[in-house]
Amino acid sequence: MNIQDYKGVFVFAQQVDNVLSGIALELVGKGKDLAKDLGVDVTAVLVGSGVASLADELAEYGADKVIVVDDPELKEYRTEPYAHALASVINEYKPDIFLIGATAIGRDLGPRVSARIHTGLTADCTQLEIGDFPINPIPGREQLHNQLLMTRPAFGGNTIATIACPEFRPQMATVRPGVMQKAPREAGRKAEVINYNPGFTPDNKYVEILEVVKAVSDTVDIMDAKILVSGGRGVGSSENFKILEDLAAVLDATVSCSRAVVDAGWKPKDLQVGQTGKTVRPNVYFAIGISGAIQHLAGMEESDIIVAINKDETAPIFDVADYGIVGDLNKIVPALTEKLKEAIANK
Amino acid sequence: MKIVVCVKQVPDTKGGVKFNPDGTLDRGAMLAIMNPDDKAGLEAALRLKDQYGAEVTVVTMGLPKAEEVLREALAMGADKGILVTDRVLGGADTWATSQTLAGAIRNLEYDLIITGRQAIDGDTAQVGPQISEHLDIPVISYAQDIKIEGDSVIVQRQYDDRYHVLKAQMPCLITALAELNEPRYMTPGGIFDAYDAEITVWGRADLKDVEDSNLGLKGSPTQIARASDKVRKGAGEKVTLGVAESVDYIVDKLKVKHVI
Repeated sequence: MNIQDYKGVFVFAQQVDNVLSGIALELVGKGKDLAKDLGVDVTAVLVGSGVASLADELAEYGADKVIVVDDPELKEYRTEPYAHALASVINEYKPDIFLIGATAIGRDLGPRVSARIHTGLTADCTQLEIGDFPINPIPGREQLHNQLLMTRPAFGGNTIATIACPEFRPQMATVRPGVMQKAPREAGRKAEVINYNPGFTPDNKYVEILEVVKAVSDTVDIMDAKILVSGGRGVGSSENFKILEDLAAVLDATVSCSRAVVDAGWKPKDLQVGQTGKTVRPNVYFAIGISGAIQHLAGMEESDIIVAINKDETAPIFDVADYGIVGDLNKIVPALTEKLKEAIANK
Repeated sequence: MKIVVCVKQVPDTKGGVKFNPDGTLDRGAMLAIMNPDDKAGLEAALRLKDQYGAEVTVVTMGLPKAEEVLREALAMGADKGILVTDRVLGGADTWATSQTLAGAIRNLEYDLIITGRQAIDGDTAQVGPQISEHLDIPVISYAQDIKIEGDSVIVQRQYDDRYHVLKAQMPCLITALAELNEPRYMTPGGIFDAYDAEITVWGRADLKDVEDSNLGLKGSPTQIARASDKVRKGAGEKVTLGVAESVDYIVDKLKVKHVI
């Protein structure tokens, strides 16, 4: 492998039902930053069936080039034809960096592709930057410049590691959705569009899709929620959970609760967080009117960010909260909902 | 039918993560357990064994101590345990780990390989799909429901807003989620037998069709540039403010953390 032959930042522009996923635009945005640092272009790789029209949207969000791999075999996501598409693009165009969203699709696809082309893959990154490796010079060892430094949490978020891939190309990472920023949309911006089809010949690795079943129910499992608005005894009544539901609606979050709430009959058992309920690890956990018994903490303390609102300043929930607010939830929560509505509308 | 299950011994984070006084992770103080997703994979294999009849071989790569999870697997009902351990295999990233396990599995007959989706220490979810690539067989990750039909396996596979019912020809690799099932307990008789059972131990020389350049730390394309144990969350900030200031405070923090 001649590393000098590999140039440019490529991102996988994930689409589902011919609608770009949010992560696609986030990766274009991040890819653009990295490309700028390296003085190269950012290229979006669009894979699907009948997806060419999405290239304009990728261009308006910052893609300099769009490689379109369009084939009927690519209509619904399947590991093999998608892995073949990306591996072929990589072999043909030799990117220096290749980013994929750490979605259910990307975390299936990324390892298969990286194993096929023999390079490293860093999972679920939350930070990407261009820098030196080793980060600090080590006598007797060459310090490489313009390397992709990939930072990720591990061990349930208890440790953080920065990873490099100095000897193989492309440097590949899956990137956690919702962390990187989209670039502002520039209406009418165009990208160079390249159509590429490596040919798709079904073999034993092409699994057959017997059925596609979409969103069967609208109740989200609290274990899958990215943001949880969780209420405790301090909420006061079943009716008063309305203020938590309003807050959850603004943040596209899910409501959960403590055991006391289930015991009081205010909420069903499947929403209960804690040792006798479910263990959750959302990106954000709002603990509202929850004192924080040890059994509750066991079920939520691994959440990335914990925001606690409680009127009792000695409540144990404050021992695990990143941001603790001592105050009246009945006043703060509705005001927070209004403020967030504004903040999100103005974004 | 022959099923190979890959398991990993990991430190338990469930009963609370233990920390040293300086805020770093105290790995020594934490129990070593069978990785939860892997245990669900083992349970899925044992259910297929109950239903269709199968020989279940459990493979782990790790330090000699990892033999413990093999004995646990045998006590749950697995038929054979293979420990892959060798100093030259240490420090492996997911590429080198998947090469090692693929090299071990090439010695075995299999219709189905089941791995956990991801391990709770690394959280990468990469090793299963990478093994399937090295063995050139189909992969179905994040399996929800597994059925056998002739020489094919039919699996429900969950995505964000949908699930696919997928049919793959065996041999095939499936990755399992802890939510897939409730693993059975070891039986007293099983524990007794497992204690005496012979564990097969393989080293580097026993791996089939793998280059040295793909193994261990040296064979790992990814390298750690920097690692730190995150200081335990909690004992964060606590403020007592007016209502409007409290709201501004929260909104600010959510912005800084890119939540909104």
